[in-house]
Amino acid sequence: MNIFKYRPLVMVSSVFLGMLLTDARAELKVGLVLEKSGKDDKSFNASAYQGLKRAEKELGVMTKTVEAPDNSAYESLQRAFAEKKFDLIVAIGFHQLEAVKKNAERFPDQKFLLVDEDAKKPNVRSVMFEEHEGSYLVGALAAMHAPSGKVGFIGGMDVPLIRRFQMGYEAGVKKVNPKAQLIVNYLGVTGEAWNNPPKAKEQALDQFQRGADVIYVAAGNSGMGVFDAAEAKKKLAIGVDSNQNWIKPGYVLSSMMKRVDDSVFETVKMMKDGKFTPGLVRVGLKSKGVDYALDQHNDKLVTADDRKKLEAIRADIISGKIKVPDYYISMKKK
Amino acid sequence: MNRMMKASLKSIAGVLLGLTLALIVCHFAGESPWKVLKVLFQSSFGSGYDFGMTLFYAAPLFLTGLAVSIPIRAGLFNVGGEGQLLIGALAAAYAGVVGKNIASPVAAVLFATAFAFVAGGIWGLIPGILKAKRGSHEVITTIMMNFIAAGLSSYVTLYLIKDPESSQAETMLLPEAFHLKPFEKFAGAPMGWLIFVLIALVFVIHYWMWNSVRGYELKAVGENEKAAETYGISKQSAWMFAMFMAGGMAGLVGVVEVLGNAHRFKLGFSADYGFVGIAVALLARGNILGIIPSALLFGILQKGSASLDLETDKVTRDLSYIIQGLIILGVVAEGLFEWRKKAKNA
Repeated sequence: MNIFKYRPLVMVSSVFLGMLLTDARAELKVGLVLEKSGKDDKSFNASAYQGLKRAEKELGVMTKTVEAPDNSAYESLQRAFAEKKFDLIVAIGFHQLEAVKKNAERFPDQKFLLVDEDAKKPNVRSVMFEEHEGSYLVGALAAMHAPSGKVGFIGGMDVPLIRRFQMGYEAGVKKVNPKAQLIVNYLGVTGEAWNNPPKAKEQALDQFQRGADVIYVAAGNSGMGVFDAAEAKKKLAIGVDSNQNWIKPGYVLSSMMKRVDDSVFETVKMMKDGKFTPGLVRVGLKSKGVDYALDQHNDKLVTADDRKKLEAIRADIISGKIKVPDYYISMKKK
Repeated sequence: MNRMMKASLKSIAGVLLGLTLALIVCHFAGESPWKVLKVLFQSSFGSGYDFGMTLFYAAPLFLTGLAVSIPIRAGLFNVGGEGQLLIGALAAAYAGVVGKNIASPVAAVLFATAFAFVAGGIWGLIPGILKAKRGSHEVITTIMMNFIAAGLSSYVTLYLIKDPESSQAETMLLPEAFHLKPFEKFAGAPMGWLIFVLIALVFVIHYWMWNSVRGYELKAVGENEKAAETYGISKQSAWMFAMFMAGGMAGLVGVVEVLGNAHRFKLGFSADYGFVGIAVALLARGNILGIIPSALLFGILQKGSASLDLETDKVTRDLSYIIQGLIILGVVAEGLFEWRKKAKNA
């Protein structure tokens, strides 16, 4: 009987408690808009997703992730987050540039993080990676492991961004072995190129057949095919964006990591500390925004001697002694 | 008329069947079917912006639906809508480069529209000629033309008319005169008077198909090639004409995207409109007016797919594709009933 007497009180207090709890949890809301290839691409988008999950766990923020079904959906998705009053909207990939620009104007108080492009808006933090610097480093590493003097490059879609990877890589290869020969393939001219492991495997087998010892692949999910080929031919591959060393241990020489996860995490942390700063941030070797991956899976592949040489090259790039050619700059000169 | 009513009833039954099956899938995935329906409805009609976006997704499907429905009447299956629309869009962007001195918006838009129509049309005409002169199967040739179109558009975008200021794969921004104005009411969704023009276009094509000599010839060839030839109708010319018109229609997607939305050609802009157009035409059962509701339905599902990710916890954008697939199955399965009826009567 007594229970009924106190029921209103219990209800009110539980509602109150509930509000307190949800309030504490929903202190900061972060919405993440991923590209079409989504959080399971084991590469670029996966890295962003991991960064956000880390923020959720370590900083206790509330997060929601959406994957765009097509390239026209970015604007509506970001807008939906803004209308739901999310504190920070994270937009991953250069395809989202136009959408972020429009939404940043429409919601001037909304904070955005854009990765891979520069939005040039007062409420957007833009992070761009110096992919050519990281590619230079893995290019040098590839040349050290190519006794035949032949190395390969497999790109996804033939777009300027991937040309930037290729150009830096080629320069790195030539730095270590000026006579080295580079075999280049691109997977295609449609979005399918990011998601075509069988074709990537064929191209990789062909490159190995033609004498390549190491292949650097910058092709999203298609990279899986190159790792398969490296295992089949007992040769080496270099992964991209995420640390992909674990996928075929012993056959993945290293990975050129773009620390999208760190950028996302840092920005969420800034939001939480109330220290969000807009504007363009370029992250390269110096700020460890790009790097080559070293872990238990490739510990035996990358020798102590290799590491010493790579660190010397890294120091030279940071000090400006080595100028890594940037496709974006060479493209604009044309 | 009675036959048309019956056909549309069957389509509606197919849609309902597919939708029901999809909602059962939701239930087992642990998400309330009502909530999914509500999310789909709200994301399509919830605000002026949402409705505008739904129309924006539906608009290319009107055109690619026509690009499949017209040749079907002549007995051809056009799988090349995707390539034809790429070439049309590229031509629209190119028109802005060639005609950058055109100051009058009306002239500029008409100029670019003509470019898009003719370029898409030629891309459709090539398989048409191959079919008429060499007997090459149009399904094979149109698919191959899709790949050539993808390669060509990528080359032109990256090396001929690339925006030098941009690090993305996109062409130069079109001059102001080429921009179509969206409705204010749509609050940022890139769709304006164009949607009425497109709906009118569907009616015009329908009228033309049933009231013109050309339309009659197309249908005659589609129904029975030999009989049509006996009457002196050239199937070759009917095929070529049908494929030109189909390509032209798909090419007009360039107007929706390049003039209406991005004001430039961006690689990878199409949400597979060319292929979804096949589903749109299938759902309309070759009926031209049926394209309007059918394209709208697929527009709703495309718009809703993103919101499913956002608003629910258990289902993702992929459910929208499951619904699309089940609806098509539902419409096609209708043939099963007819077959059973026949078997019973025999």
